[in-house]
Amino acid sequence: MAEHQTYEEAKALVFRGLMLLGAITIVEVVVALLAKGHLIHGVNFSHGFGHYVYMLLMIGFSIYKAYFIIFFFMHMAYEVRGLVMSVLLPVLLLVWAIIAFFSEGSYWGRSRENIRQRNEETVKPAPGGSTQGYYIIPGTEKQVKLG
Amino acid sequence: MAETSVDHAHDTHEHVDESQRWEGAVSPFSASYGKIMMWYFLVSDAFTFAGFLIAYGALRFSMPTWPEPDFVFASFPFVDAHWPLIFVTFMTFVLIFSSVTMVRAVQEGHRENQRGVVFWMFLTVLGGATFLGSQAYEWTTLIVKENVTVTQNPFGRHIADGVYLNADKKKKKNADGTPKTFFKDQSYLIHMHDGKPSGVVYHDPAQRGEGMTAHENLKIKYTTGAYAGQVKEAAFGPKAFGALFFFITGFHGFHVFSGVLFLAIIMVNAGSGLYAARKNGYEMVEKIGLYWHFVDLVWVFVFLVFYLL
Repeated sequence: MAEHQTYEEAKALVFRGLMLLGAITIVEVVVALLAKGHLIHGVNFSHGFGHYVYMLLMIGFSIYKAYFIIFFFMHMAYEVRGLVMSVLLPVLLLVWAIIAFFSEGSYWGRSRENIRQRNEETVKPAPGGSTQGYYIIPGTEKQVKLG
Repeated sequence: MAETSVDHAHDTHEHVDESQRWEGAVSPFSASYGKIMMWYFLVSDAFTFAGFLIAYGALRFSMPTWPEPDFVFASFPFVDAHWPLIFVTFMTFVLIFSSVTMVRAVQEGHRENQRGVVFWMFLTVLGGATFLGSQAYEWTTLIVKENVTVTQNPFGRHIADGVYLNADKKKKKNADGTPKTFFKDQSYLIHMHDGKPSGVVYHDPAQRGEGMTAHENLKIKYTTGAYAGQVKEAAFGPKAFGALFFFITGFHGFHVFSGVLFLAIIMVNAGSGLYAARKNGYEMVEKIGLYWHFVDLVWVFVFLVFYLL
């Protein structure tokens, strides 16, 4: 931290940053096109385990790009520790916000699906006469007594 | 890399005894008021963007299907082709280049090189303007050609396998007599005519021209899933997509726009010798530089959630 970078070294860092960010972006797009089946016919990672690996890879690349921009382009690496902490620590709050809201979002989805299924339930006459007090779950022929 | 330090003209923090840092007489963060306040503004702005992006995530998680980015973002200016993600990759590179020219402007500022500052800031302004122009193209394509609005999203995905039907509800046939089928999760665009849905457009690599797209009627019949055997009309995709896309990329684009304005003002000031007279290593250029890198930083995550995932 103590030694100063010369002007030539600083210029070299800029060039390296350009190469690094550019290379990561190209890798991201190539992996995205590969994962979505655009590059090799029949190969794709849009379901299951491969999809999780793909998403983690993309998130990892993006966080590395963010780290590089903040620490070297914005010079965070050369700031006093107190300033670094006061900027970066509050951002950790977002970890919980992401977990909480994404699980909340999934819950909205499940509720909506539940309501859709309930709306499609129909009351059919029970076999053997009486229609009162029974309904049938669609597709199962199972009779359920109301009340 | 972390062991080195760029040449800050008024960098004093290595001369301060750590135990004395909060005892007065020195700036405890070894940074000017303006720079510290720019950092905290950026923290607050990061939370605003995070709020938007988390809302996007929550709404996306709540939907059974979501438009596929490599189908939605596949057009390219002056080319009638299906090139998924290529144009947005170009936009990303424009922002990376303008970030790099910004770093160069800040470095020339530390050396008190007025011509250098103006030159590199000019390239940065050009980059920002190019990005805005590209975004204008992208929005125009979505709004005018593909009829996406904040309340309407014609980009859908099939929820199960099935076949396309003719207007008389007979199965549509390929040239070899087999039925025209679609599969679960396949993307389509509802084609609009006079404001009403008139057909389905989807990507078919076998087709030539017109962006390699095939056109069918709206009527479809599912062969698998909960609706197997039922005749339906291809539905619009999740409505939230349009609103989220235009608000989030619009908010980012507005940051780019404001950035270009401020960069231009500071470039003119630098050219007039205003900052040279202050003899503080062109600190104003450093502050707008922080803002400009932040705009690039936000794009990293907008690119991630809208185009990659």
